[in-house]
Amino acid sequence: MSVDLATVKRVARLARIAVSEEEANRMTGELNGILGFVEQLSEVNVEGVEPMTSVTPMEMRKRQDVVNDGNKADAVVANAPATDRNFFQVPKVVE
Amino acid sequence: MTDLTRLTIAEAREKLSAKEIKAVELTDAYLSAIEAANPAINAYVTVTPEKAREMAKASDGRIADGKAGALEGIPLGIKDLFATDGIHTQACSHILDGFKPKYESTVTQNLWNDGAVMLGKLNMDEFAMGSSNESSYYGAVKNPWRAQNSNADLVPGGSSGGSAAAVAAFLCAGATATDTGGSIRQPAAFTGTVGIKPTYGRCSRWGIVAFASSLDQAGPIARDVRDAAIMLKSMASVDAKDTTSVDLPVPDYEASLGQSLKGMRIGIPREYRVDGMPEEIEALWQQGIAWLKDAGAEIVDISLPHTKYALPAYYIVAPAEASSNLARYDGVRYGLRVDGKDIVDMYEKTRAAGFGTEVKRRIMIGTYVLSAGYYDAYYLQAQKVRTLIKRDFELAFNAGVDAILTPATPSSAFGIADEDLASDPVKMYLQDIFTVTVNMAGLPGLSVPAGLDHKGLPLSLQLIGKPFDEESLFKTAHVIEQAAGRFTPAKWW
Repeated sequence: MSVDLATVKRVARLARIAVSEEEANRMTGELNGILGFVEQLSEVNVEGVEPMTSVTPMEMRKRQDVVNDGNKADAVVANAPATDRNFFQVPKVVE
Repeated sequence: MTDLTRLTIAEAREKLSAKEIKAVELTDAYLSAIEAANPAINAYVTVTPEKAREMAKASDGRIADGKAGALEGIPLGIKDLFATDGIHTQACSHILDGFKPKYESTVTQNLWNDGAVMLGKLNMDEFAMGSSNESSYYGAVKNPWRAQNSNADLVPGGSSGGSAAAVAAFLCAGATATDTGGSIRQPAAFTGTVGIKPTYGRCSRWGIVAFASSLDQAGPIARDVRDAAIMLKSMASVDAKDTTSVDLPVPDYEASLGQSLKGMRIGIPREYRVDGMPEEIEALWQQGIAWLKDAGAEIVDISLPHTKYALPAYYIVAPAEASSNLARYDGVRYGLRVDGKDIVDMYEKTRAAGFGTEVKRRIMIGTYVLSAGYYDAYYLQAQKVRTLIKRDFELAFNAGVDAILTPATPSSAFGIADEDLASDPVKMYLQDIFTVTVNMAGLPGLSVPAGLDHKGLPLSLQLIGKPFDEESLFKTAHVIEQAAGRFTPAKWW
């Protein structure tokens, strides 16, 4: 399988990365190189093989569904580029 | 007076506890060495001298009170991927500009609880994506090693290039590192240092900036096998904040050093003999086999038939997980923000400006293979192949193999800005050909220096173990180290 310029632009849009025409062109070649490399996986017979979901055969530990952390609003927003009274500020979303 | 930075962790520990030296002196020796060398090597992206001296002073107090921890007063460098409370933590990316977390990663907290001293944060490939440390926003790291009769700068490997270079150049006693496809073992091999990626789940991933969550593991890079064993003991723990961390006792890894290899079966996988592999790598491998045989181990040929598919499967699984993990960098909660005409424009401009070329490339691949219509062909197929890769190892271990010996890398350190590697991303990816299988199967892997190539550059061997059998790796690596000797670069910086 290979990608064309329009697909690269669509994927960039999905990934929320702005790309210039020149970058999209360069990425098309690079992505096709990588996709060509991974293509060999299709020759592996995987009939009856379960996909891996966990490398360690252990049951996941679960904790009690209780609050054990919190009241750290200042710490949570401390690194944000724009805040207002412990809210994250973003450009207007709803008109 | 002898140069205190030349002491291994074990040696420094002894001198500190005998009160021959003070932790503050040891830390000052490293801070001076960093100040002198870092402009040339670029291993540190941030140095924390005040914090280091304060921690060292506290260590001296605890030593005087007879309350010394396992790493009391030992100065360490920390890879920039580990969250350190109030201190530069940016995964060497522009998109995390100014990020100073309000929390501490579990692994670093474990080290501080044992008395270690933080010298600063170490350079790395951006978001741990790379094999040369050249994708860092903070510039390339120079390998302390140079080829004989050459002034050409070499890469220290990646992604833990700053960690490996700092350890090799005596700019810290040991360093934390992380390994997703070879990021501890390959830079350790390029710098003549020892690196171990423990079994998935041995160290908590909490507070480590995520790249590919099912593959990422923390581990140490150190000057020798003993130091790596000492560090891993402190780093490993079960952690309620990482449900994939395992609730198994952490053994005293140091105690396995010096134990006999008699009765051990070492597997030699034929699939690791790859086309175009330099003859001296093959010769090094044969030398390693001979050393282990001399030490009483039994050598058996084994087959791991799906080896060649590990790297292509990795380049689906790792970018897929990365594209998901890195979705959080959107200019809202931390780091860089580039304003746009609306919120989507802000996201797109922030991510375009904040991520480097290699990171964008992997996010794009990951987004593509997870997108509608392609999931089964790529991601599902890769996860099935991953099951087969793990099964290969299980069959070998079930047949009585205790550990596996392979080369660590397909070459010694290459040049900075190598044109051949820069022209084709896949060529750089091939650096991980011997290491990536271990991450795919969640196994422990250790790289130990075993010799020098014709250019005088270090080469390493890799040992792969059963899940949670790091002890066999330390024991076996120690035998190789005893036979091969230690390797130290000639100082040019």
